[in-house]
Amino acid sequence: MRKKTEALVISFGTTTEAMKMERHCEKEGLPGRLIPIPREITAGCGMAWKAKPGEKELLQQAMLEAAIRWEGMYTLEL
Amino acid sequence: MIYFDNAATTLHKPDCVKGAVLQALDAMGNSGRGVHDASLYAGRTIYRAREALAKLLGVGAPENVVFTANATESLNLAISGLFQPGDHVITTVCEHNSVLRPLYRLQGVELSFLPIKRRTEVEAVGTGADRVKDTGILAYNELESLLRPNTKALIITHASNLTGNITDLERAAAFAKKHSLLLIVDAAQTAGAVPIDMERMGIDVLCFTGHKGLYGPQGTGGVCVRPGLSIRPLKVGGSGIHSFDREHPSEMPAALEAGTLNGHGIAGLGAAACWLLETGVEQIRAREQTLLRRFVDGVKEVEGVTLYGNPDLDRRTGIQSLNIRDYDSARVADWLYEDYGIAVRGGAHCAPLMHEALGTREQGAVRFSFSYFNTEAEADEAAAAVRELAEE
Repeated sequence: MRKKTEALVISFGTTTEAMKMERHCEKEGLPGRLIPIPREITAGCGMAWKAKPGEKELLQQAMLEAAIRWEGMYTLEL
Repeated sequence: MIYFDNAATTLHKPDCVKGAVLQALDAMGNSGRGVHDASLYAGRTIYRAREALAKLLGVGAPENVVFTANATESLNLAISGLFQPGDHVITTVCEHNSVLRPLYRLQGVELSFLPIKRRTEVEAVGTGADRVKDTGILAYNELESLLRPNTKALIITHASNLTGNITDLERAAAFAKKHSLLLIVDAAQTAGAVPIDMERMGIDVLCFTGHKGLYGPQGTGGVCVRPGLSIRPLKVGGSGIHSFDREHPSEMPAALEAGTLNGHGIAGLGAAACWLLETGVEQIRAREQTLLRRFVDGVKEVEGVTLYGNPDLDRRTGIQSLNIRDYDSARVADWLYEDYGIAVRGGAHCAPLMHEALGTREQGAVRFSFSYFNTEAEADEAAAAVRELAEE
């Protein structure tokens, strides 16, 4: 069994919103990457943003400032 | 071949557009249907195209740019998704069939058509261009008289595909705003060729195609929707999101984009939009205006040549339609191609009401349309060919 680690997972309503997140993080040098949505999360979009749990506030602030709409934010063992 | 049929499709595309399509054919998976490199390549490419088009057309947010196959699909989407029986819609005689036919198909929706200015008013314009038979300028002062209590929208082209006349959108928008009407604009002839700022201009729905003034591939187009305005989708189905819901998602742009998008084409369209942002729409317009003036100067004094459109060329796109004597426009178009290697379009141009207004229903018109990539020498050659045919 693969060893699991705790991760911050942010879900989105549409692929476009997830793309907006990636584009923004890339421009601003913010951490994380897109992953397939884990089955624990019921979300619109099939992709989610994965980062470290400690990066939650940083990313939340960034999304608010850039008007990126997220569906949910979770801390999961992935 | 000298290509002057750019109002139908721009033939010459910037190299970056060809490169982007080729690269996409090599690397693109399906956007939003996986989270591997190939899928993300598609998602990123499409998102960047949305971003570039939003910037180019003055759309507040990239998610309000919806991709379609062309302006016809965009207009069908808007027209079939915004009205219900009992509504009244005002449109104009300048419209293309891509506006008219979706409107005619609506059940129980009343229509009114804004006509062109009457001849006496045209003369009052004081053009001095005696060979401009009819200007085809809309009679904006009659807009108020078309209003009914149940009027819901004004659907108007940004420029006629036959005369090249640019609509006074400021006036149209002021009318729409005053009466709380939706303003739906067909920008098939102007996106990329004439500056557009959807938000500033007060446009609710802007429909465009990718293959004309945007210099993108055929099979690409879009509809830009004012935030907060909900349109019933034309099609529902695969979205890559909310798979277990019975209803298609309502979030934009997925709400209006069922099925796999033309990602390869959108890659080209996105590259084209970036190229336009770098080049500047004003630059493109100035270039087309130079060519238009050069051509018009070469044919306007020729006996037997009738020109159509606003004589004030600053109010025109890069289009000049004309007729030579009473010759069938299709024959003239073919003579130009066969004897001079000049590609133009004769016939009716899918603009039946405009031809009726100009009195050219039977004859049609020969349309010359210029692009950024045409040259002065080509414009001179075309003018010389028209002179020769008129003098024969």
